[in-house]
Amino acid sequence: MKLQSRSPETPRTDERAAVAALELASISYNYGQRKALDDVSFSIEPARFTVLLGLNGAGKTTLFSLVSHLFSPRTGRIRVFGQDIDRNSGQALRRLGIVFQARTLDLDLTVRQNLLYHAALHGIGTRVARQRIDELLHAIDLTDRIEEKVRGLSGGQVRRVEIIRALLHRPSLLLLDEATVGLDIKSRATILKDIRALVERDGISVLWATHLIDEVGQADQVLVLDKGKLVADGPVATILSSTGTETINQAFSKLTGITDMNVRGGRP
Amino acid sequence: MTDATDFAGSSREKWTGFSANQYFICLKGILVREWLRYLSQKERFVSSLVRPLLWLFIFAAGFRQVLGVSIIPPYETYVLYEVYITPGLCGMILLFSGMQSSLSMVYDREMGNMRILLVSPFPRWYLLVSKLLAGVGVSLLQVYAFLAIAWFWDVRAPVAGYFLILPALFFAGLMLGALGMLLSSLVKQLENFAGIMNFVIFPMYFASSALYPLWRVQESSPLLYKICLLNPFTYAVELIRFAFYARIEWTSLVVVLAVTLALLGAAILAYNPARGLTVRKQDMGGSQ
Repeated sequence: MKLQSRSPETPRTDERAAVAALELASISYNYGQRKALDDVSFSIEPARFTVLLGLNGAGKTTLFSLVSHLFSPRTGRIRVFGQDIDRNSGQALRRLGIVFQARTLDLDLTVRQNLLYHAALHGIGTRVARQRIDELLHAIDLTDRIEEKVRGLSGGQVRRVEIIRALLHRPSLLLLDEATVGLDIKSRATILKDIRALVERDGISVLWATHLIDEVGQADQVLVLDKGKLVADGPVATILSSTGTETINQAFSKLTGITDMNVRGGRP
Repeated sequence: MTDATDFAGSSREKWTGFSANQYFICLKGILVREWLRYLSQKERFVSSLVRPLLWLFIFAAGFRQVLGVSIIPPYETYVLYEVYITPGLCGMILLFSGMQSSLSMVYDREMGNMRILLVSPFPRWYLLVSKLLAGVGVSLLQVYAFLAIAWFWDVRAPVAGYFLILPALFFAGLMLGALGMLLSSLVKQLENFAGIMNFVIFPMYFASSALYPLWRVQESSPLLYKICLLNPFTYAVELIRFAFYARIEWTSLVVVLAVTLALLGAAILAYNPARGLTVRKQDMGGSQ
């Protein structure tokens, strides 16, 4: 498939140099007494594919919830293309496309109805929305399923519809939280390839949260989150050299203290 | 570059916010989605009608001879018990519909659909009010379907009353919908919703003027009478009852509007990201 997130006539090279796509400064968040995020700071440059790597429970989803303004951090600041998510949430959110870890399509509605609903939530009228939906569904070969209820789609198809939904309003920054969980190898590879193409062809910025180390390979930047703390931030080569390791698996083991790398879904 | 066809990501021109048309598009989208969900749940429509009809056909018929209703405003003559409880049954539909919307919001939150609404760039208060209006729209349809059936059962009000109750139903629906919205922010899990039935719906319904005139209640239990007076549902029912006869019960109108504002304000506050009430650990899909 060839996903396209924006019109080619709207390049933003001037902006790319000026401001970070996402900037977190000293973000902390607690669930009661338990610290989910502890003084996390990083920034993502525009048009980069950034992987947020961490085991289940590391704080990835909490971080996504804060960036998407589902709730506010106790301390620190989050900026999306320079817009503070708390003070200018509308301006920040309109530039975000989000694919949550949990499936968020309405199973009782059709693919088209789900996508039109999302378009309306971004103030996009039906005529324009229909045009974009047709283009995007055509790109992922799901045009023939457009009037089908989401309940009837496979897991991979649901995920792909969720991704094009996140692109429908043409965001500048795409957040994907464990987008390939539960998918087969082929579907995973296809989605990764397409997202990577979005970055290179359309200049969209991507933050890809995963606990799967083999998805790090294509990243421009890697963030390693462990027990709510950011323990590494940089290109793969930088992380390898700073940890004195040869593979990202070894680096991750060294950074997190996990020795049994066969356990990818949680702490051994 | 701020019209509906705008590329949302561009920031080379200063974004001045959404236009009125885009606000309307958003509202329409939420209304349509609520309507489509309602149509896809036919059993919801049937059950919303069966409940008040059972009260009308069985309960009211059985109690007609037992419970005498004297001439009290807005009635100018003796009325059948079925006629007396019809406004209360309209209120019952709105009450259950409000709670159904609440249940739907808890379900949406657990299933994740709620997040799509909450990450919209429109102001959160606007999204919640739109959601509330969508729920009220659906409940009004249910009320009129009930009244149509009641008409054929010879339970009738003046024809004009069927039009005049619309604002009363709307305000009552807003109040009960706002209550449901507030509850949805407080209910942690879908399983806890049964408690809502026992602790909110039934007490509100029974401790009101829906089934018996308040003077009757006062005769039998002064305490219950005071509770009924404190119950906002009483005022919603009276507002509807008077509207049927082209009269405005001002006290009821003021109470309903004031309670609506208070509940809606509390619900918006409860869904404020800074309060952290809407997204708890368990709402994160089991992850962190």
